[in-house]
Amino acid sequence: MMHIMRRRALYYIISLAIILPGIISLAIPPHLKLAVDFTGGTLWELQFQQAVQPAEVKAVMAGKGYPDAVVQTSGDRGVLIRSKEISSEGNTKSDILQALQARFGPATELRFESVGPVIGQEIATRAIAAVFLASIGILLYIAWAFRKVDHPVRYGLCAIIALLHDALVVLGIFSILGHLFNVEVDSLFVTAVLTVIGFSVHDTIVVFDRIRENARRLHGLSFEDVVNHSLLQTLGRSLATSLTVLFTLSALTLFGGVTIRLFALTLLIGIISGTYSSIFNASALLVSWENGDLARLFGRRRVATA
Amino acid sequence: MRASTFRLLVLVLVIAAFAFWVAWPTNNQINLTPIGINYVRDIPVREGLDLQGGIQVLLQADVAPGQAVDPDSMQAARQVIERRVNALGVSEPVIQLAQNNRIIVELPGVKDPDQAIKTFGNTGLLEFVDLGSNPLPQGMQIATSLGPPPATATPPASAAGPRATSGDATATAQGTPSAQGTPTASASPTPAASPSPTPTYQTIMTGKDLSSASVQFDQLNRPYIRLTLTSEGAKIFGDFTSSHVGQYLAITLDKTIISAPVIKQPIVGGDVQIDSGNPRGFPLQEAQDIVIQLKYGALPVPLKVVQNRTVGPTLGQDSVQKSVVAGLIGLGIVAAFMILNYRVPGVVATVALAIYAAIVFALFKLIPVTLTVAGIAGFILSIGMAVDANILIFERTKEELRAGRSAVAAIDAGFSRAWNSIRDSNFSTLITCLILFWFGSQFGASIIQGFALTLGIGVVVSMFTAITVTRTFLKALQALGALPVVGPIGLTPRPAAV
Repeated sequence: MMHIMRRRALYYIISLAIILPGIISLAIPPHLKLAVDFTGGTLWELQFQQAVQPAEVKAVMAGKGYPDAVVQTSGDRGVLIRSKEISSEGNTKSDILQALQARFGPATELRFESVGPVIGQEIATRAIAAVFLASIGILLYIAWAFRKVDHPVRYGLCAIIALLHDALVVLGIFSILGHLFNVEVDSLFVTAVLTVIGFSVHDTIVVFDRIRENARRLHGLSFEDVVNHSLLQTLGRSLATSLTVLFTLSALTLFGGVTIRLFALTLLIGIISGTYSSIFNASALLVSWENGDLARLFGRRRVATA
Repeated sequence: MRASTFRLLVLVLVIAAFAFWVAWPTNNQINLTPIGINYVRDIPVREGLDLQGGIQVLLQADVAPGQAVDPDSMQAARQVIERRVNALGVSEPVIQLAQNNRIIVELPGVKDPDQAIKTFGNTGLLEFVDLGSNPLPQGMQIATSLGPPPATATPPASAAGPRATSGDATATAQGTPSAQGTPTASASPTPAASPSPTPTYQTIMTGKDLSSASVQFDQLNRPYIRLTLTSEGAKIFGDFTSSHVGQYLAITLDKTIISAPVIKQPIVGGDVQIDSGNPRGFPLQEAQDIVIQLKYGALPVPLKVVQNRTVGPTLGQDSVQKSVVAGLIGLGIVAAFMILNYRVPGVVATVALAIYAAIVFALFKLIPVTLTVAGIAGFILSIGMAVDANILIFERTKEELRAGRSAVAAIDAGFSRAWNSIRDSNFSTLITCLILFWFGSQFGASIIQGFALTLGIGVVVSMFTAITVTRTFLKALQALGALPVVGPIGLTPRPAAV
């Protein structure tokens, strides 16, 4: 029988190799490039009838009292302006728009998002609370669903570790993307991370479920063999399911509109990671826990795995 | 075919037919009158702001930090905003309270977002102010005995019409022909004593004494605003104008002067006309917006915009078309994968998937769920999860076949043993959906809520289609002899992986 559980150390090393650069990137300010959703401020996308130079737009913004505005091109004839909050009350916004139109000709407003600083802070806090709450809810549900096996909480915790693994992979990659390409994370990103978490647990539970079933039937085998057996049995399903989800997400990433492309990419990364972690982290951790790998590694200085 | 299977098959077919009928893109109405039931209901597809363009604004009570806001006045403010928005003629607006000091306003398809925000978000406090002998320009902000101008206000408009030509602003009594254009008042010299830096003017009465407001047109078709006062208001106004003939009166909205005529004669009928200093009268749009604010009263709590999202319709349309195409491509690939991998059961699963899509879309129309780009993404993701249930079942069936069971027994075992995994995994997804929905509801993030709702509906419906529908079809095929031997159904026992 193929013994995929023997190489646990290798799986952990692969995970660390993927997560570590992300963690380092997350440790370097600005950690994650936060969108106006979280920091407060204004995001303004305008489409002109001719190509415009970001520097010239920036000059107009500076003249209107927004010297800190960051201007990027967007599409052929569009610009994306990020600045401190531009109030839509009063005439500030229409003043700026008129000045821009006087300079560059007619413009169409594609989107205008303005978030006050207090609200931004609040959304950030709630986003963290949402991730935390989701983890607790899932942990409790797993502990309940696995209440009849030995160590139900252990299953829950291993699933949570796999979940954090996937969240870290996504956060790390977006932190790196933020440093390199100015990719920002917004509240839609939080949605994507929470979905990845849900999917990760979904995948993990399918494997755990089989372990639960086999542990009852195959009393003679060691726990490691039971887990190994269960993984092999569910491998076909794990791959088939992940493939179908990857097909739909790839289609969304490649052909979807601009507003959800980044969203679909986030899910794509997270679900690849989720498939990996349910097999190679969550299940492997169950075995490591049962076999006392950590104690062997640190306590008696013996090689952890064969 | 067993009777129970047959009944289930009929039920599934009826549900599927109904779902397809409701979900059909050109069907916008449920009308049951032809079959004797008196029931008619419109079922349009509701498109969210990001699809059809529009604005979403989060308003927050503008009070000193730490000061509590009375829930009743927030409720009253919501109602005032709702009436103003309805008067703007926006279809399917959303106006709801969030937490205890915020109001979410969503207006799909608004042409001029900035103007709309001003119209529903301004406090709308109308005041009649005694200016004494000071003619002040229109657009200027003044402090009245009821309070100073709002702190966030823009500086007084310096370019407001010069008094030399704009003295034709008048307030005239009912029945008296309007004396507009008579230049008599305009020649009045600037008062000798210039006003102190921050003079406070006496408020005579407010919008509370108003019984109605409307836009009217004079003989030259110039728009003006006509106010009808309550009997009490008419008395106050009559008394005041009687004793202040020759002096100036300002009509202010949120401390900004919209008109500052000279009082030519006492106005006792309770009927007041406001025209601007502009020789062409009020700009029609402006007059209409002012009337909307006056008609439904002032907001009981001043509100400020703390979040504003405006999406142009072009971006939305681009997104929806591309996302639908992407969804169809994804669906096609999944169907091809299932059929190639599982043959006949794969075809059954694909049919179940089509029924799934129809039921979910029918529910979107019936509930109704407002479709956003993120909502469509949630729907597409739930397709993946719906297919997962079938994959779990079929993979399990393969295993049972390998273990030597007959095709019938293997399919039965596949369904019953896969159930635990399907239940547990879908439940954890539903937990995530609930938390996402809560997260989104805290500050009107309808995008996030839409995603959570569509994914949640998708997960629940998928449990029905992937299990009940697929099993019923497979059993029916078995009974009809279309699923006779193990080989051709694609679930051939392969040697187990070694």
